Amino acid sequence: MSDTSAQILLRTTVNGLDVAVAIEPQETLAEVLREKLQLIGTKVSCNVQVCGACTVLVDGLPVSSCTYLAYEARDRQVLTIEGLASKDGTLHPLQTAFIEENAFQCGFCTPGMILAAKSLLDQRPDSSEHEIVEYMEGNICRCTGYRSIVAAIQKAQASVADRSS
Amino acid sequence: MSRDSDDAKVDLTPQNWSDLPVEPVTDVSHETGFQVVNKSVPRRDGVAKVTGRALYTSDITLPRMAHARIVRSPVAHARITSIDVSAALERPGVYAVLTGEDLKALPHTHYGHAVPDHAVLAIDKVIFVGEPVAAVIAASERIAQQAMEDVVVEYDELDAVITVDEALSPEAPVIHGRAFTSGAFRGFEEETVAGQTSNICEEAHVGWGDVEEGFSQATTIVEGEYYYPMAYAYAMEPYVAVGDVSDNSLTVYSSAQHPFMVRHDLAHVFGMSLGQVRVVVPYVGGGYGSKSYTKIEPLAAACSWWAKRPVKIQLGVEESILTTRGDDALVRMRTGVDSDGRIIAREATIYLNSGAYAENSPLVCKKSANRIVGPYAIPHVKVDCYSVYTNTCPASSFRGFGASLVTFGAESQIDELAEKLGEDGLSFRLRNVADEGERFFPKMRGLDANLKGDLRKLAAMLEWDAEPQAGRGKGLAVSASDAGAHPITTAAIKLHGDGSVTVLTGSTELGQGSHTVLAQIAAEEFGIPLESVQVVASDTAIVPFERSTGASRTTTLMGRAVQEACQEAIAQLCEMGSEAFGVPPEEIEQESGGLRHGDRSMAWSELLTSFFGMPDCEIVGRAYLRRAGDLKELPPFWEIGCAGVEIEVDEETGRIELTRLAAVGDVGLAINPAMAEGQDLGAAAMGIGTGLFEELVYDGQQLANANLWDYRVPRFTDIPSDVRLELTQDQNGVGPYGAKGGGEGSLNPMSASIANALYQATGVRVHEAPLTPERVWQALQAKKSSQREAE
Ligand code: FES
Ligand code: FES
Repeated sequence: MSDTSAQILLRTTVNGLDVAVAIEPQETLAEVLREKLQLIGTKVSCNVQVCGACTVLVDGLPVSSCTYLAYEARDRQVLTIEGLASKDGTLHPLQTAFIEENAFQCGFCTPGMILAAKSLLDQRPDSSEHEIVEYMEGNICRCTGYRSIVAAIQKAQASVADRSS
Repeated sequence: MSRDSDDAKVDLTPQNWSDLPVEPVTDVSHETGFQVVNKSVPRRDGVAKVTGRALYTSDITLPRMAHARIVRSPVAHARITSIDVSAALERPGVYAVLTGEDLKALPHTHYGHAVPDHAVLAIDKVIFVGEPVAAVIAASERIAQQAMEDVVVEYDELDAVITVDEALSPEAPVIHGRAFTSGAFRGFEEETVAGQTSNICEEAHVGWGDVEEGFSQATTIVEGEYYYPMAYAYAMEPYVAVGDVSDNSLTVYSSAQHPFMVRHDLAHVFGMSLGQVRVVVPYVGGGYGSKSYTKIEPLAAACSWWAKRPVKIQLGVEESILTTRGDDALVRMRTGVDSDGRIIAREATIYLNSGAYAENSPLVCKKSANRIVGPYAIPHVKVDCYSVYTNTCPASSFRGFGASLVTFGAESQIDELAEKLGEDGLSFRLRNVADEGERFFPKMRGLDANLKGDLRKLAAMLEWDAEPQAGRGKGLAVSASDAGAHPITTAAIKLHGDGSVTVLTGSTELGQGSHTVLAQIAAEEFGIPLESVQVVASDTAIVPFERSTGASRTTTLMGRAVQEACQEAIAQLCEMGSEAFGVPPEEIEQESGGLRHGDRSMAWSELLTSFFGMPDCEIVGRAYLRRAGDLKELPPFWEIGCAGVEIEVDEETGRIELTRLAAVGDVGLAINPAMAEGQDLGAAAMGIGTGLFEELVYDGQQLANANLWDYRVPRFTDIPSDVRLELTQDQNGVGPYGAKGGGEGSLNPMSASIANALYQATGVRVHEAPLTPERVWQALQAKKSSQREAE
């Protein structure tokens, strides 16, 4: 009714499913995920790439979807928190570890936090505690004081190592 | 995409529990006879939150819903001479623009639980930079955002007062300049003084003994001025509300801690009955006090009323800062010690910069005056505290309010006294803190904690007696807050025909774990598995009244209400059992999951089926707590803060790094120990923030750092890997099983602990929080140059 700007067609893959969606060129990935695809598990907080709440993985690497143009994700693989557990509902080791270690309270940072941690563990499965803390520096949690998150990542690290050994 | 999309359209019931069972973690550290409570069971909202299925207000979309963006004042104090919305209205996709003028058609234009001074939108006048002046309501946020530029507002500027000094000067313009009646929920009894002839919003005067006499007997006195900054709670979910007004009712979804308080203000503004107003709170993405009381809900509802459709207002971080910050505190204080080393007198004057509207600052004022006394029995006390209106963004509750603000100065000064006596801060405190049961604060409940024991635990965790490495120092501090948890709490439980239970509670799940803890209590009382209990929360049309969710009240007061509601249902079941067993009720005993007489047992489900003669029928148990019995005396509990740090100081840059953090949570009984410790660490982390770098700064009329780039909050690397937490569980609270509140305590002493550690490490004392590298470096330079002069 009101959209004067030209729409473009975005083709991408989100959580393993091919998607074609009409977007405006200036739309961010967070807007498209949340508003067009109803993938509301991705949270937006600072909206200026400081807090990491909106982190999703594009081709396995973390991006701040609040400032990442959706069009940049064309022909790429996007993973959001909704796509992390396996199809039968089995939680990813990071999800289980976050629950077991009480690695969240309000949970608003959690989707972004878990996806950032996933990309770390995928890239460097044997990260030291120091490396974990450094890598996660871009994700803010206002509730926990972080130590439980570090513990959860280490626990998931151990269980991923167990499974692959 | 279809499957995910469907999945994501989560239903709008207040809490959507689809949790998969997870193996409970059993806590073995504390031996008790409990089955479900006092155990670190996993959070009930765990799976929802790690899979992205947990629904927050930001996620809510209603059919026909519009979005509003807010036009805000660029000036601190001005008369609005005109607002032209015609160009904005011409934009395609704009439904309506609401201004203060339009609001005059409502029964009331102002609200406020303490002082009804707060206009839903500025009317005729603006009183701070960032004040909402108009709301543009459009088909999308983007359209509303663009149309905002077409709203033309003309201002006639007035003199503004930004600091407390300016606001209290005799020439200062009076910001409100009219008399107010007290709001309905201010939390204390005296009439309001706000706004009539000066910029004083509230004052508090506390005292006993005769301070002049006290100081004349003192052999050692320390005097000083201390500043605690304006802080931003940064709940990661910014303020958000969806208003939906129809002909005869109003529903608001909001990220609000106290839905019943919000309901009161909405009913008032719209002239509706309480029953016509429904406030629903889904999961809340962090609160920490900043979502206490009413924020943008009246505006969201007014936009809906004006545009005749549901309207969502989603603020960003900068707008959230402009909506609510914490009061700052300037404290002038002296404390005297007698020849036995006992504190004999304390005198303090406190000024709070409370911003343009009262919000909860009147209560912050009262509490600051009380809490600066600290957990010490001092014979002579005089405290005067003033909450002052200024043309800055409004201040209100922030976790630990009234305690964090003044404990920085109060506990810095305790160390300064100890130093002057040539003693260390621990032994000085061990001699001076109140004993358990001691009425150290006249007319209040005696201290319900063994604070000396807590201090000894803290000292052990800090290895207090071990000499720190060079460049390092240790510090500790304590606090006791008269919890502002006014005991008005009601709850209901439904026991369903199959023996499962639903808890109906007005306590909002902010992340503190209320749903888990309350479910644990109900499971314990009925002797049923935790999985058989569901919690439905914070929908004012469904759940019984609860005043608020804050001041660490939920475990103590709501926990107890839930426990009593369960017991009331069980009493009904005993009557049913009496009929079923054919024996008097007193001969019947409760057992796990049902009742027993002799060797005959009946499960809860059997009792209900036998009574009603049909399956699936249910009974309701309820409890009403008020100020009576053991809850008559205030505070319901003292919230203890007992925390310390070891720090390392880089003398070249002035940068402080924490190398160890230790805290004792004196919680009476932890219903869920792992979650209680999580709250302690979370609170301590916030204390590290205001201790080291968090501070909102005004540059003239504007906030200089109203964004997360410039307002830094603690990150992963700011928390030391050496964190030691301990719980004291003496079962000495008025809550269920002897529980009492926690979750704010560790914040309050943190900034003073850091200042005390800095002194130990370097010999410099900084009286202004946060202890930024710049402040520390300057203090170190000053010390060096005075040393050079002395040489
Ligand atoms: S919301 Fe994207 S980084 Fe904060
Ligand atoms: S759990 Fe609340 S912000 Fe991390």
